[in-house]
Amino acid sequence: MNDISHSPSAAKATATKAPPEVPQESAAVPKMRAEKVSVHYADKQALFDVDLDVPENQVISLIGPSGCGKSTFLRCLNRMNDTIDIARVSGHITLDGENIYDKALDVVELRARVGMVFQKPNPFPKSIFENVAYGPRIHGLASAKRDLEEIVATSLQRAGLFNEVKDRLDEPGTGLSGGQQQRLCIARAIAVNPEVILMDEPCSALDPIATAKVEELIDELRENYTIVIVTHSMQQAARVSQRTAMFHLGYLVEEGPTDMMFTNPTDKRTQDYITGRFG
Amino acid sequence: MSDLIIVGILLALMALGYQVALGRYRKVTGRSEVRPHSRPAYHGLLVAIWCAIPALAVIIVFGLFEPVITRYVILSALPPEVRDLPTHELRGVMQRIHQIATGFGIVGEARPYENVAATRLGTYHAIWNFALVALVASSAVAGLVYTLRRITPRLRARNEVERVIRVLLLLCSAVAIMTTVGIVASLLGEAVRFFGFVNPLDFFFGTVWNPRFSSVGAGQGDFGLLPLLVGTLMISAIAILVALPIGLMTAIYMAEYASSHLRNIAKPIIEILAGIPTIVYGVFALTVAGPFFADLGAAVGLDISATSAFTAGAVMGVMIIPFISSLSDDIITQVPASMRDGSLGLGATRSETIKRVILPAALPGIVGAFLLAVSRAIGETMIVVLAAGNSPVLRFNPFEPSTSVTVSIVNQLTGDTDFASPQSLVAFALGLTLFIMTLGLNVVALYIVRKYREQYE
Repeated sequence: MNDISHSPSAAKATATKAPPEVPQESAAVPKMRAEKVSVHYADKQALFDVDLDVPENQVISLIGPSGCGKSTFLRCLNRMNDTIDIARVSGHITLDGENIYDKALDVVELRARVGMVFQKPNPFPKSIFENVAYGPRIHGLASAKRDLEEIVATSLQRAGLFNEVKDRLDEPGTGLSGGQQQRLCIARAIAVNPEVILMDEPCSALDPIATAKVEELIDELRENYTIVIVTHSMQQAARVSQRTAMFHLGYLVEEGPTDMMFTNPTDKRTQDYITGRFG
Repeated sequence: MSDLIIVGILLALMALGYQVALGRYRKVTGRSEVRPHSRPAYHGLLVAIWCAIPALAVIIVFGLFEPVITRYVILSALPPEVRDLPTHELRGVMQRIHQIATGFGIVGEARPYENVAATRLGTYHAIWNFALVALVASSAVAGLVYTLRRITPRLRARNEVERVIRVLLLLCSAVAIMTTVGIVASLLGEAVRFFGFVNPLDFFFGTVWNPRFSSVGAGQGDFGLLPLLVGTLMISAIAILVALPIGLMTAIYMAEYASSHLRNIAKPIIEILAGIPTIVYGVFALTVAGPFFADLGAAVGLDISATSAFTAGAVMGVMIIPFISSLSDDIITQVPASMRDGSLGLGATRSETIKRVILPAALPGIVGAFLLAVSRAIGETMIVVLAAGNSPVLRFNPFEPSTSVTVSIVNQLTGDTDFASPQSLVAFALGLTLFIMTLGLNVVALYIVRKYREQYE
């Protein structure tokens, strides 16, 4: 497949024609590109030579059985593995062609450009307003209180939460329901105005209705952001993502357009996994 | 001697009861169709427990009545003119008789009536002890037999044992509470007696502390609390000023920055500070820190006395560091990792994360650690005795000698003490003041913790 454009429909259209295992050699540079990424936790290798492109303004989902390395890979993309003492990352990851593991690169700036939403909703023990205002404040995105309020309102609107909380912005964020908390965390990530949003099983702690809302939100966010989502739910991967990458035992098994992966996977392991034979 | 016999008999009966109960249980359940409710061990325990409970009840009742009966026995043996002595003299006589009876020896020659009474008391004691042993043993056996007869497959022995354990635990926690109540009551009682000598207004607002004069000459001494209180507050404040920043920053470094290797070495070393006896700190303050501060003061043109509030406070601050650092460290480590990740994932730096997320979340615990440290500082005695200069004069200069409430309590209660004079009784009033201060601190702490608690669950 040699023309991944910014439009997902175009990607889908070409996906059926091109064999999915062919790496993308597109004219458009992928938003992020990982080459030969390996991760060790102390002596144990958790990820082996992963090559993966993250195309811009699309949703790519990472699937695979537990312990397959998909979350580890996700955390490489904004260097969250740096916070784990024993983790060691090797290989090459670029964001817009820039090596993010370069010594000259500021990890704080990277995380502002590549935001993250976690598995369990983790709002800070502060008010709803302060939760969303946290990022803009530390990055100095708003000079006046008015600007800050503006950013908070827009972020909450984009996260589809504004109407539910607009009258109680000063109440604690931890008082919201699980689904609302997760959307608050998404709003918090959006408020920094990132280019890429990483989501680590964002719906695994939510009920089906809250899940549907978050999935709907992910689909809308695709317009403005590039999204990488780790999920255990194959249905979710099928619903929200344009591309899917299958991990197994630390290796990237295969990667391709989502509909292709679910209808006609090339690798036996992928087929076994999505048909529920293991995992 | 009889005490040991009683304990031995009781333990033997309990063990016997346990075994017999197991045998009976087997017999009873063997011929019954009913599924037994409790396992055999519970039946055994139940019998052993009901062996002990009546026996203990007997011991307690005997213990309650013993002084009354002893008194009656002695009094009945005394000639009428001795019996009519004033109370405190009579008490002395009775003490002498007791000592003769137990072969303890007394000062001076024993009077004839004393010997008579002592012999009578000795006989009576022998009978008493025999009766006690007999009663304890028989009540234990009675309890054993009665409970043994209750054993059936349907007996809910497990539930009954559970109930006994619950009562036992309740009694244990009651000990701590009753002790506190007792301490407060005795403090209050003695303090009230003190305020019978000295006007509370003079005590709480007096600016002169000079209690010794009245024991020499006539008239009241001066029992002004303020010089002592100012000393205590000044020394504690200096200690906290030293300990809080150092302790908190140590905790932050240990919890958030230090490698696990460094933490494993450094944490125990810091905690050793808390294990050093305070008298050692006092000696250190007196011989090393004090002269050092005095020289330092001379070098920069400040008049610092070697024994001063500053010396005591600074050394005490070092002593308190591990309280703050260790507790805060635990609390900071307990803040969920998801908070940290959330903040770092938004591009916050480590110190921003600590300042804006971790510390607010850990605040209630840190306030608790802080107040614990303050109570330690207020109650600390040995360092102040040695290093503050023992100068109960109302002064606000930390570089001059000072003293504290605790040191004055020590001074008033060492050496000759007469618990009927205000010179000794003032110690209880001082103790009560300290108690109220720490109580107030705790109330304030609870209020702060409730108000600023940020839930992260």
